[in-house]
Amino acid sequence: MTSDKTLAQRDHDDAPVTTSKSADPDRTLLAEAITINRPAQELYDFWRNPQNLVGIMENIEAIEVLSDTRSRWTVKAPADGHVSWESVISDDVPGRSITWQSAPDADVANSGRIEFHEVDGRGTVVRATIAYEPPGGALGQIIAKLFQREPRIQTRRDLRRFKQLMETGEVATAARTKKQLEEEKA
Amino acid sequence: MRALTWHGKHDVRVDTVDDPEIINPRDAIIKITATAICGSDLHLYDGYIPTMKAGDILGHEFMGEVVETGSKSTLQKGQKVVVPFTIACGSCYHCGKHQYSACDNGNPADNQDIGRELYGQPMSGLFGYSHMTGGYAGGQAEYVRVPFSDVGPIVVPDGIEDEKVLFLSDILPTGWMAAENAQIEPGDTVAVWGCGPVGLFAVQSAFLMGAARVIAIDHFPHRLELARKFGAEAINFEESKTYEALMEMTGGIGPDAVIDAVGLEAHGFFVDNVIDQIKASMFLGTDRTHSIRQAILACRKGGRVSMPAVYGGFVDKFPLGAFMEKGLTLKTGQTHVQHYMPGLLNAILEGKIDTTFLISHTLPLEDAPKGYKMFHDNQNEVTKVVLKPDLAVAAE
Repeated sequence: MTSDKTLAQRDHDDAPVTTSKSADPDRTLLAEAITINRPAQELYDFWRNPQNLVGIMENIEAIEVLSDTRSRWTVKAPADGHVSWESVISDDVPGRSITWQSAPDADVANSGRIEFHEVDGRGTVVRATIAYEPPGGALGQIIAKLFQREPRIQTRRDLRRFKQLMETGEVATAARTKKQLEEEKA
Repeated sequence: MRALTWHGKHDVRVDTVDDPEIINPRDAIIKITATAICGSDLHLYDGYIPTMKAGDILGHEFMGEVVETGSKSTLQKGQKVVVPFTIACGSCYHCGKHQYSACDNGNPADNQDIGRELYGQPMSGLFGYSHMTGGYAGGQAEYVRVPFSDVGPIVVPDGIEDEKVLFLSDILPTGWMAAENAQIEPGDTVAVWGCGPVGLFAVQSAFLMGAARVIAIDHFPHRLELARKFGAEAINFEESKTYEALMEMTGGIGPDAVIDAVGLEAHGFFVDNVIDQIKASMFLGTDRTHSIRQAILACRKGGRVSMPAVYGGFVDKFPLGAFMEKGLTLKTGQTHVQHYMPGLLNAILEGKIDTTFLISHTLPLEDAPKGYKMFHDNQNEVTKVVLKPDLAVAAE
């Protein structure tokens, strides 16, 4: 269902704005939440070091830390190519949340926030919100395809791997041999 | 190593495949000494389970000797262990509540998508049971990689026969949980649909939990005879009208608790009721599809329904009205194997529970395809096939 109302104008509705049935035509916005049975600070600390994320994110080739707030992300692209952009932390609340956005020259303008909210007896609710703008140009089209390959599913899987690593110390795999594991990751 | 692999409907083979390796720190490698073919393996054999891939190694009931351990495994080489069919991490919220089959982390991240789509939330991983439950290689093989080996496998005393403890891996805890879910009170009459291994263990468990009478329902004479050996009264639904018999046998009240241990074979795994109907009309018959409906109708008012039987998708003509009007309680779920293993191992060691009666055939692993065919073709006589990698192949 689409309506003429803007995202902010939903009546009698406390559901997160990311679940609205009205779409914003200029932007894709998604959020995923997962509960992780660990303290918020520990989860924040892990996430605050971008290099840690290579092990839990699909498609990420490399994350190069440029400074305390800047990192360069490289993802796999079709035909053995790759695409990279610079990500800048724009807001940082230790133990609570990290907000980032792509540097102005990024081919796909994207921004996001990850929040850590402790709940009694269950650990920490981790909520990731990601927004990106459809790009223009030929390269933009390729990248858009890459990003739009079910970004919600990708985010959900990444969060599951984050949870597995933080709760169990390892990322679950059904691989029977090391060779199979490499093939899965390729 | 040699392993039983799935290639399609009624096509399983013993192939040579790569040996498993330690991948994660909590892993262990087990050298299989005994493994069994489960009734639910027949659904794979019959080709009902989607997300199977050619070459998948089957088997989720197995035990053996620890031969290799990861840096964070608590097992020691040489220990004899029985492995639960559910792969659970022991660290998540659900494992903390001993709801092991609901483990958040046992199923690899990508494979959780299907469970989320179908059920709302994904369940734990399982050994040797399609890619929806993780795609883990099973234990009908010489060796198996066991993830989270510090949580799952239970160490059994040296020298104990495999046959006495093998069924801790699945069917004994499943039968026990079925009886527990029936919330049996002393003096109760409990009716059990299906006298396969789970039904037969549910019969034994129900008596141990204080049931005064257990009524077992099936159509295989040999299986009904086994139920009788444990003190159950039998109803052969091909000979007698089940509902009428139950009402007369319980003085018109109905059983206090009913257990449906039939399930999947009648309904298929996440198929809609169209396929359910096609299957029923083709060869599965209607009595089996009726087990849960019949159980609900027969159950006494305010009684309990326990459903260890595996259902995967939608069930047609579920008597929701009877269920509500009679105020019944339904408890079900995949077995939280890890929760039940220690207590049941003790019960076996103390001689309170016998599981060896079930085994009708023991074959070398090399003859596993023959075992599947036998089990599939003759469910009356073939109650349980145990496979042993070390057993020599008999000359034909």
